[in-house]
Amino acid sequence: MSSDPYGDRGNRDRSIANPDGMGEIDGTRPAGTARPGAGGAFLEGHAMTGGYGRGADILHDCTIAVERGEIAVIVGPNGAGKSTAMKAVFGMLDIRQGAVLLDGEDITALSPQARVRKGMGFVPQTNNIFTSMTVEENLEMGAFIRRDDFRQTMEQVYDLFPILKEKRRQPAGELSGGQRQQVAVGRALMTKPKVLMLDEPTAGVSPIVMDELFDRIIEVARTGIPILMVEQNARQALEIADRGYVLVQGRNAYTDTGAALLANPEVRRSFLGG
Amino acid sequence: MDFLNAFVALSNFVLIPAIAYGSQLALGALGVTLIYGILRFSNFAHGDTMAFGTMVAILFTWWFQSMGISLGPLPTALLAIPFGIAGAAALLLLTDRVVYRFYRAQKAKPVILVIVSMGVMFIYNGLTRVVLGPDDQRFADGERFLIGALDFRRMTGLEEGLAIKSTQAITLVTAIIVVALLFWFLTYTRTGKSMRAYSDNEDLALLSGINPERVVMVTWLIVAALATIAGVLYGLDKSYKPFTYFQLLLPVFASAIVGGLGSPLGAIAGGFIIAFSEVGIVYAWKRVVAHMVPEAWEPEGLLQLLSTDYKFAVSFVILVIVLLFRPTGLFRGKAV
Repeated sequence: MSSDPYGDRGNRDRSIANPDGMGEIDGTRPAGTARPGAGGAFLEGHAMTGGYGRGADILHDCTIAVERGEIAVIVGPNGAGKSTAMKAVFGMLDIRQGAVLLDGEDITALSPQARVRKGMGFVPQTNNIFTSMTVEENLEMGAFIRRDDFRQTMEQVYDLFPILKEKRRQPAGELSGGQRQQVAVGRALMTKPKVLMLDEPTAGVSPIVMDELFDRIIEVARTGIPILMVEQNARQALEIADRGYVLVQGRNAYTDTGAALLANPEVRRSFLGG
Repeated sequence: MDFLNAFVALSNFVLIPAIAYGSQLALGALGVTLIYGILRFSNFAHGDTMAFGTMVAILFTWWFQSMGISLGPLPTALLAIPFGIAGAAALLLLTDRVVYRFYRAQKAKPVILVIVSMGVMFIYNGLTRVVLGPDDQRFADGERFLIGALDFRRMTGLEEGLAIKSTQAITLVTAIIVVALLFWFLTYTRTGKSMRAYSDNEDLALLSGINPERVVMVTWLIVAALATIAGVLYGLDKSYKPFTYFQLLLPVFASAIVGGLGSPLGAIAGGFIIAFSEVGIVYAWKRVVAHMVPEAWEPEGLLQLLSTDYKFAVSFVILVIVLLFRPTGLFRGKAV
């Protein structure tokens, strides 16, 4: 007997079951309410401890934060809990201790969909576009919560990523890796978020495309949207970061400005390859 | 040789009945395909959802008839359809709340939901029989024929008669309207697009602020409408018996899979393919062939490939062939 009664057993027959596009986030979870919170940064995951479901804790007393107009970067070795920390900030997993603060409010109890409405934008690492929908429909879905006219925002996204305007009638699933990432970031920008969270935006793209994506991200940050991102390419990411977090095994190992972390000999030796 | 009479006979016994039956199957298959695409499982309770919705519509039809409300030449049941839809929607939403939602919260794999839907099927099955009993029910009224066979013969002077039942005409017209509305809804409206987005990628839909529970609710509402309309049209055209609706599950699923599960266009094409195959294979072709060949060649047998009792075997064989040779269906649905 499998220990998980809801597991994958017998799920291969596509003539009766359709696991494509299934999510991991529990959409049925009742949403709590936001409470006024004390101080902290603009967006701050404060002393978070927690993990997935009933599993073991992955994060231990972990704090990440981003201030207005800044880029904050989370780096660290594989399995350090970087993506988990992002997901915890976005409410995709329950944290047992700690709090998440946004703009002076305690949003720890909010569901992810409620956080979107509070002005948080999130770009997941994988499956971050609607492959069967056109580029334009992807952007429209990004603006789903907006009832006002979002054409101007769409124009801004097209200005930022001109290639998307050319391909706006194409299914997003037909685009190249770099173009898909642009669609993913564009979709998140359509809500006019107050803060943008990117989970490894340059995963799986060529070095040239990666440089271009970093340039675009800086451009987005210059428009005043604070950015919190996880990056594998630690050196390049820290170069553009105002604030850097080095996570090891779910704990804060080093926290400093990007430049200071790059200059720190211990960080260089352990995480940046000398 | 008389091709005109052959064609009239063919229309009368094959084309027109198959078009009507195909429209009913297409509406049923659209419901199945929507659940498969958005809720991600094959809903075995769909046949009984049709039976339940139709039952509610029948009860309202009888009530209207007893009060003397009628639509003149049109069947009173058309007036009762909205109430049938409301009944089916209430039942589906209640089921979702107390059954399916639990499994959604566990992130249960779709195959579990398939088995769950089978349990739901038995409950619906019993529910309909408790309320209305297992017997045949008649609820059709209004004008029976658009064109009667005798009138047609008198009008054209042909040997063969052509009858078009008003229910067949109503079926086709209603199906076209419903399908057009559904496609418009899914392609252009905000809610329709959010349903496609959810079908494509649940998590990302949620991250875009789309409320997944609302998408699920709207899907059940549309499914209730499709199932009830398909059920009432089938009941008007043929007859209403809960067990027949349970049996309809096979041709409905065959239609959805032949067209490609998850593809609305495929569901419609599949519905007509199954209907034409079924009607064509169980029809005794002697009469049509007799008109086409010289008298001396006239066949002695009935030229019937299968007895009508075996009509479900047709859907089953087509289903098996498609799953063996083109499991994604004609329109490249999601099944592999």
